[in-house]
Amino acid sequence: MRTGGTATIDRHGLDLLIAALAEAGFDTKGPVVREGAIMPGAIRTSADLPVGVRDAQGPGHYRLEHSGDDRLFDWAVGPGSWNAEFFPPSQELWRSTSTGDITSHARPGPGSTRPLAIVGARPCELAALAVLDRVLLDGAVTDPDYAARRADAFVMVAECGTPAATCFCTSMGTGPAATGGFDLALTELDGGGQRYVVRVGSDRGAAFLEGVPHAGAVPTDLTARDRRLASAAAAIVRTVNSDRVAGLLADSIDHPHWDEIAERCLACGNCTMVCPTCFCSDVSDTTDLTGEVRRDRTWSSCFDLDHSYLHGGSVRVSVSSRYRQWLTHKLSTWWDQFDTSGCVGCGRCVAWCPVGIDLTEEVAVITADDGRAGPASGPLPATESESVSESGSAGGTP
Amino acid sequence: MLAETAAAVRGRPPLGPEPLEPVPHRVVGCRKETDDVTTLSLESLSGATPTFAPGQFNMLTAYGVGEAAISVSSSRREAGALRHTVRDVGPVSAALCRARLGDVVGVRGPFGKSWGVGEADLATGDVVVVAGGIGLAPLRGAIDELVHRPDADGGRVFVLTGARDPSQLIFGDDLEAWGRAGAVVAVTVDTAPRGWTGHVGLVTSLLGGIDCDPGTTTALICGPEIMMRFTAKALVDRGIDPRRIKLSMERNMQCGLGWCGHCQLGPYLLCRDGPVLPYGGDVARLMTERER
Repeated sequence: MRTGGTATIDRHGLDLLIAALAEAGFDTKGPVVREGAIMPGAIRTSADLPVGVRDAQGPGHYRLEHSGDDRLFDWAVGPGSWNAEFFPPSQELWRSTSTGDITSHARPGPGSTRPLAIVGARPCELAALAVLDRVLLDGAVTDPDYAARRADAFVMVAECGTPAATCFCTSMGTGPAATGGFDLALTELDGGGQRYVVRVGSDRGAAFLEGVPHAGAVPTDLTARDRRLASAAAAIVRTVNSDRVAGLLADSIDHPHWDEIAERCLACGNCTMVCPTCFCSDVSDTTDLTGEVRRDRTWSSCFDLDHSYLHGGSVRVSVSSRYRQWLTHKLSTWWDQFDTSGCVGCGRCVAWCPVGIDLTEEVAVITADDGRAGPASGPLPATESESVSESGSAGGTP
Repeated sequence: MLAETAAAVRGRPPLGPEPLEPVPHRVVGCRKETDDVTTLSLESLSGATPTFAPGQFNMLTAYGVGEAAISVSSSRREAGALRHTVRDVGPVSAALCRARLGDVVGVRGPFGKSWGVGEADLATGDVVVVAGGIGLAPLRGAIDELVHRPDADGGRVFVLTGARDPSQLIFGDDLEAWGRAGAVVAVTVDTAPRGWTGHVGLVTSLLGGIDCDPGTTTALICGPEIMMRFTAKALVDRGIDPRRIKLSMERNMQCGLGWCGHCQLGPYLLCRDGPVLPYGGDVARLMTERER
């Protein structure tokens, strides 16, 4: 079988596929139900997946429900995403002596960890990984730790048949079908037959598929798959004008609506913690009585006051400016920095915002008048007399 | 595409030094510039000194305390140790300022865009350098090369520097040396004690006293953001092309590699796209937008 080829497998075939991946040395993980949410976790069989579970999502709302059937992928996305497997929320970068001799490196050495096999990532989550690749792999310097974790991972994507009310992947061009970035793509077919159309995305994927019982996909299977994905796309209600949003937001820095959002936003950073593309991190050192030095990298959020700290104070003090930084970065300046959108339309920031701020609604308000509303607050003073002493502070580049 | 990405990663050339691991350097010189500013001269324990261009910065590690972005203040005309001029404004910079001869400091870098000294647009023509406080540090290596330009074709160098008060002025010896080498050097302070016979006023007030040719002038500015904004505006008002006015912008930096996200200024990651940016274009606008 070749890349682009299709087949069907049943639930037993899926179990054998997971077993074959484990047998081949992969650390098999997939979506599992944990503490009332669907989260990445270890799996050994398809029974570990969210069997018969659906998610009900809305702004500030996420609940799991039992569907009464035994389908595996009738949910959208949970708060956790696969980015955390490759870019861990907290990671030790190195240890050294007090005089700088490195005693341990972060980067997993060859063979020191098992490569990851993900069974049931969502198309939008693969799109998010591609966005992170732009940041951590494709710049002038490659993040060796991210690269090492990413290099051998096997990805089986589960295309979306049941989007949530918070989803807007169709606007961002990331779903509900997967377009790339996978070894195998699964689509769960309608009915209780527990059958899946599988598309091959790589030679490695083909090899694993050929190792388990499978049948050729007949035209009715492929039509059923297409119908399922088309109905999923049609069920998506939220939209973002992705063609124009980057430019419109860039012209809306003084829009009064930022202050209105700030009246509701708690600056809690939940949106940044659940976002699968947020990559900001803090670097911190610790030491102990032996003198050993340890440097860690930890996820951070542009909603934290310290995120923009510069000697003497933070640049972005108001909640309004911090929300604006987050949203304009995601949808606008990400293009300038990495030539891609930073938003994949997964809707996590909408569901997990404790006050239900809906990115799609806020964008619609801010861009409704092409961003030409009057300024929220006046521009900075135009005359020198309004300024403070100019040569006093630290100045200088970093 | 994941499969291609993985292959591409595996196929990449060796990465060289680990990008997040500092290279130990020994402190071979400490010079107290003011009550809270110290210049450290650093030599790699391995003997290899990285090349840099004036305006670039390194991430310096005070082992056990942390890492901070500090501009290189050496000149490429000086042999030997790498200089950094540090102002004590937080735990890391305080620890760096406390470093003694023989101590070990970590260095990663250099990072970022330089002033472009040595490139065509600064080879000839007038250059106006304006510094506020320790903003002179990243300009030091640039000025030193500019005043020794081999074929400047009549282009002059003006160095205008200001500080809060005379005790905060740095690089006095250098200012004299640049003057001897032909630069027009002017110094001002915001407030002066009894006995100060020099200029008093904001650094922008020195601009009126120089006769640079706006048609050929390139300006290099480093200092507090508000000082840079008013200086750039004053230079534009004198007819200097905003694209030929370069500023060294500053934001929080924690990696130098474009990965930590802290140094964003609108579309820019300052560690990667800056710190030196032209005033013309986005920057003039970004500087007038609140809390960017």
